[in-house]
Amino acid sequence: MSGPLQRQTARVRSDGTHEGFLRHASFRWLKIAGGISLIALLGYMMIDVQPRHNGGSWYGYTLGTIGVLLILWLSMLGVRKRKMSRGHWSLKAWTSAHVYLGLSLVVIGTLHTGFQLGWNVHTLAYVLMLLVILSGIWGIIAYTNLPRLMSANRDQTTEAQMLASLRSIDRQLHDAAQPLGQEHAALVQASLDQDPFGGGIGRRLSNRYPGCMTRYAHEQILQVTGSQPRVDDDPLEKVDSLLGRKRAILARTRKHLQLKALLEIWLYIHVPMTFALIAALIAHIVSVFFYW
Amino acid sequence: MTETYRIAIIGSGSAGLSAASRAAALGLSHVLLEKTDHLSDTIYKYQKGKHVMATPSQLVLRSDVDFAAGKRETILGIWGDQIAGHKVNVLYNSEVKAIDGEQGKFALQLTDGTMIAAETVVLAIGTQGNPNLMRCPGGDLPHVQYTLDDPGAYIDEHIAVIGAGDAGIENALGLAADPEQRNAVTIVNRNPEFTTAKDANIKALMAARDAGRVIVRTGTTPSLVEPGFITYDTPDGELKVRCDRVIARMGSAPPRKFVESCGVEFTSEDRVAFPKLSPTFESTKPGIFVIGALAGYPLIKHCMNQGHDVVEFINGNVGLKPADEPILEAKFRDLPGHKNVDEWLEYLRSNISILNGLTPLQMREFMLDSEARFYRGGEVIFERNDPGSSLFSIASGSVEVLLDPDDHAKTVPIAAGSIFGEVGLISGRRRGATIRAREDTICVEISRTAALKLQSSVPAATRAIERICTERQLLQFFGSGLVPEDLVDILDSYEILTVSAGKPVISEGDEGDDIFVIRQGSMIVEKKVGGKNVFLSYLPAGSYVGEMALIGSTRRTATVKAAIKSEVIKLQGAAFKALLTRKPQLLARIKTDMASRQDLNSFVEAKKDSFSSVVDMYSNVANFLVENGIGEATDVLLIDENLCVGCDNCEKACADSHEGLSRLDREAGRTYAHLHVPTSCRHCEHPHCMADCPPNAIHRGPDGEVFIDDTCIGCGNCQRNCPYGVIRMEAEPPKKPGLLSWMLLGLGPGPGEPSRKWSYKNADPQVEKAKKAIKCDMCSGIEGGPACVRACPTGAAIRVSPERFLTVARLDGDGD
Ligand SMILES: Cc1cc2nc3c(=O)[nH]c(=O)nc-3n(C[C@H](O)[C@H](O)[C@H](O)COP(=O)(O)OP(=O)(O)OC[C@H]3O[C@@H](n4cnc5c(N)ncnc54)[C@H](O)[C@@H]3O)c2cc1C
Ligand code: HEM
Ligand code: SF4
Ligand code: SF4
Repeated sequence: MSGPLQRQTARVRSDGTHEGFLRHASFRWLKIAGGISLIALLGYMMIDVQPRHNGGSWYGYTLGTIGVLLILWLSMLGVRKRKMSRGHWSLKAWTSAHVYLGLSLVVIGTLHTGFQLGWNVHTLAYVLMLLVILSGIWGIIAYTNLPRLMSANRDQTTEAQMLASLRSIDRQLHDAAQPLGQEHAALVQASLDQDPFGGGIGRRLSNRYPGCMTRYAHEQILQVTGSQPRVDDDPLEKVDSLLGRKRAILARTRKHLQLKALLEIWLYIHVPMTFALIAALIAHIVSVFFYW
Repeated sequence: MTETYRIAIIGSGSAGLSAASRAAALGLSHVLLEKTDHLSDTIYKYQKGKHVMATPSQLVLRSDVDFAAGKRETILGIWGDQIAGHKVNVLYNSEVKAIDGEQGKFALQLTDGTMIAAETVVLAIGTQGNPNLMRCPGGDLPHVQYTLDDPGAYIDEHIAVIGAGDAGIENALGLAADPEQRNAVTIVNRNPEFTTAKDANIKALMAARDAGRVIVRTGTTPSLVEPGFITYDTPDGELKVRCDRVIARMGSAPPRKFVESCGVEFTSEDRVAFPKLSPTFESTKPGIFVIGALAGYPLIKHCMNQGHDVVEFINGNVGLKPADEPILEAKFRDLPGHKNVDEWLEYLRSNISILNGLTPLQMREFMLDSEARFYRGGEVIFERNDPGSSLFSIASGSVEVLLDPDDHAKTVPIAAGSIFGEVGLISGRRRGATIRAREDTICVEISRTAALKLQSSVPAATRAIERICTERQLLQFFGSGLVPEDLVDILDSYEILTVSAGKPVISEGDEGDDIFVIRQGSMIVEKKVGGKNVFLSYLPAGSYVGEMALIGSTRRTATVKAAIKSEVIKLQGAAFKALLTRKPQLLARIKTDMASRQDLNSFVEAKKDSFSSVVDMYSNVANFLVENGIGEATDVLLIDENLCVGCDNCEKACADSHEGLSRLDREAGRTYAHLHVPTSCRHCEHPHCMADCPPNAIHRGPDGEVFIDDTCIGCGNCQRNCPYGVIRMEAEPPKKPGLLSWMLLGLGPGPGEPSRKWSYKNADPQVEKAKKAIKCDMCSGIEGGPACVRACPTGAAIRVSPERFLTVARLDGDGD
């Protein structure tokens, strides 16, 4: 799209009224974090410390201190997010700064090491930091791509409504299955008895439920009804269409739960790794000061 | 007919039973006539266990019957005992159907034919009215009922619910809720569509229909009821089906007809008008007195005090001071000059022109809803852009309007007796100019409710307010050095039109040169491009349209239709044209406005092929927003679903900023093109929720927010009246342990609204917490503003005002 409408859009975007966290304040934190990284890099190249760059030089100490403070501040996002205090702060601005300053740690942390890595607690802290940052990047990818999929999939229904319509279909299935023969009734019963979302986190994340009894029951019953002429008050036809509807609702609900899990799962790496990182940092600092 | 009673009291609500017990205490011969077989039907029908509140708290109770806040059952129990103890003469199952005769010898006719003679009559029948009856043959059979107390009580029945308003739908869903009851429930609606019910109810009904639990028949009326069967007139012809019970929920007729048939006049034709009354509650029919909700006093305490007072008055104690005297005294305490309450009331009534027509009783009631204020010369009364929906009237002194925010020397005076602030009253929008006292001034600030009551009771006040408003609105809209004299011709020919939602005031291609000024509500402008309606712009209250045809002498170039029910001032084209020739600055200004509108028109016209999808998207999003009530919103929460990660931090922040209850439901609500309108208050221009709040607990606050104060009695009227379903009735949950104890020790339920289970387990059994109405208050008084927006990690949650929501709509079109 181009022309006046687009110009208008561009103006709206930049006047600070409605921007996502990545664009917040016209990429203010991207610029700041980029600036910091650049200065750190130039400093590394221009300042000639003796005998060589490492964490123990004055430049290394400076970068290390900045890095530790940054990490502590980045961790505070977890508190900020949950502490609804008064004041003119916005979590969006915090997240924006978190993302870009967090990324700048790659530069700051790496320069701090002076590329001296080995099998020790210092490198452990460095690796953990990279893991946290990598999971953060994964999070950003999830946050930018999944919301629209989730919105499209749920199509104005809420999770509670999805679950409620499943319950209501189950009730109808239960009633409709009464006149069926034993074999078919057992199929329906199996669909009713199964927890359609069970099977652990792997199922949920992959959205694959190979043992789904609803699908199995529907396929079995379809084999019978598919080859029969349609009669209006055939109980099997009714169960057939109910199972079809249940499958459709199940598909939507499972997709919803999958997207929700994908939007959260990375935090289960990001946050515990943060704790591990802080522990490793403490070990790293203590060992530096007492045993170096 | 044996005995002639001194007083017959009709209706045993809080007002009637208090009156009857006063009569009993005074030893007057009396009878209390009650339609049902129990006392106080309105309170009897409250939900079981409801906590009844005794507001206003400053008001002392003056009655022979006790009343304090407490459970419905306790209060009804006490009343029953005390009515018996006072030896009140109650006749149950005695519905009065007509009152004939004159003072001293009234004849009251009951529905069962009994006649009762009385010297005076006290009408205390409340405002519930009578349910509309089934008119078809068989409608009077015993299995036709008009209420449903316990849906769980019916098993294995074929039940027809007639009428698909909220009450009917709720009944039908209740009857069909538990499949174990095996009821076959049918709901019948006369119209092909559901017009009167709330969206949420309609959705629930449709879900129940799809699930096969309820049969829904639309465009259908019952034509015959027989034992065991009912016959319907359906769009496909007649249909006779099994039916064991008919529940008719076709609304109720207000008691006004009956009251008028007794010879009592009302103040106006207005739906909200009340009977005309003297200071002793006597109506225009001598000997008939009206008290309680029917007289316009819906709070139980008021009702009971009036019951007491009216009997004292009838008994000759006319010097009795009303119980609200101390409240009025407090209102006048800070005014200069030593007058008592009656003198103040008379002073204000005679000095303020729009109040001249009030009776002393009305004046009293009016002042209970309004505030008297004193301002020193030079003091600012309100600032430009302040929110506020109240009207001010000047009793003494004078004020000035600051015309130019930058130049405080440019002012216009307003003299004593007149009014100001009327734009806020009419459009609900922010104040258009700063007003300052010129000298020491006494004003009455009239709340919106009081102003509406005033207009419905004194037609002359309505006209006076309307003309002043129109004149000022026109001066304000057209600015450009106009003075009131310039408008004389126009004001002689203007008309105020009410336009219902979706109806056009101007249709593209029509002839016509009238100008329309939007006084209330909002409009959308559309143009037909290639056979499709393309949305051009949104006009909030305070805009004008129609100038293109007038100035360009063309046919109408676009269609302008109401986004919601609106009011426009229609100005005669010829008169306006004459004004334009006299005032070249005005013409110039209008031409500039017109040029920018024409630009937009031709832009859309030119781009219609290459950009049709963009333009379509824009039109659709705009229409979607208008449909979801944003046409009447002043501030609305939107969620950009391209950004929303579903963390519900907005809801949690809302709960944590407000006593632990969230006032928004993020996931619910409608979505279009990834723009989501969650279930959360829109802070409507004219809030529907305010309409019917007995303690008047809903106000517009200093930042334009509509909020509910703690005098709420939990009646649920606002919840029923809000078309967007944003009000919850909830009791405050117990206090949670702090954030640190949760993070470090895992104590408490964590951030956000605690689960019901947790609240229930941790509630203090000693204190009974009443369910009250809660809704978004835009975090008023919380530094930093709305918590939902501040707490959104991705920036998906935004709050927008009507001026801006279309820019947001454009932004979120998928055109980028
Ligand atoms: C859900 C709800 C909750 C509320 N909560 C509170 C609260 O907590 N605190 C508060 O102060 N107010 C509350 N109110 C408002 C209050 O209940 C009413 O305004 C009040 O009861 C009105 O009293 P009344 O005596 O004027 O009329 P009503 O209480 O309506 O009594 C009228 C009586 O007259 C009888 N009647 C009617 N017509 C006839 C006839 N023709 N012949 C004989 N008898 C007739 C009726 O059966 C009824 O018993 C609430 C209202 C509602 C709906
Ligand atoms: C060493 C560096 C980092 C540390 C210590 C850190 C720590 C944290 C912590 C403690 C949280 C709070 C999680 C919660 O409570 O829900 C968080 C959230 C988050 N982090 Fe990081 N982080 C780091 C780097 C990064 C980087 C580099 C990125 C992105 C590229 C990132 C992206 C995010 C995002 C998107 C969130 C979620 C915000 C939300 O949904 O509220 N983080 N981080
Ligand atoms: S509660 Fe409902 S009616 Fe009242 S202002 Fe909010 S949206 Fe409007
Ligand atoms: S705020 Fe709502 S529930 Fe509370 S008293 Fe007013 S109308 Fe009733």
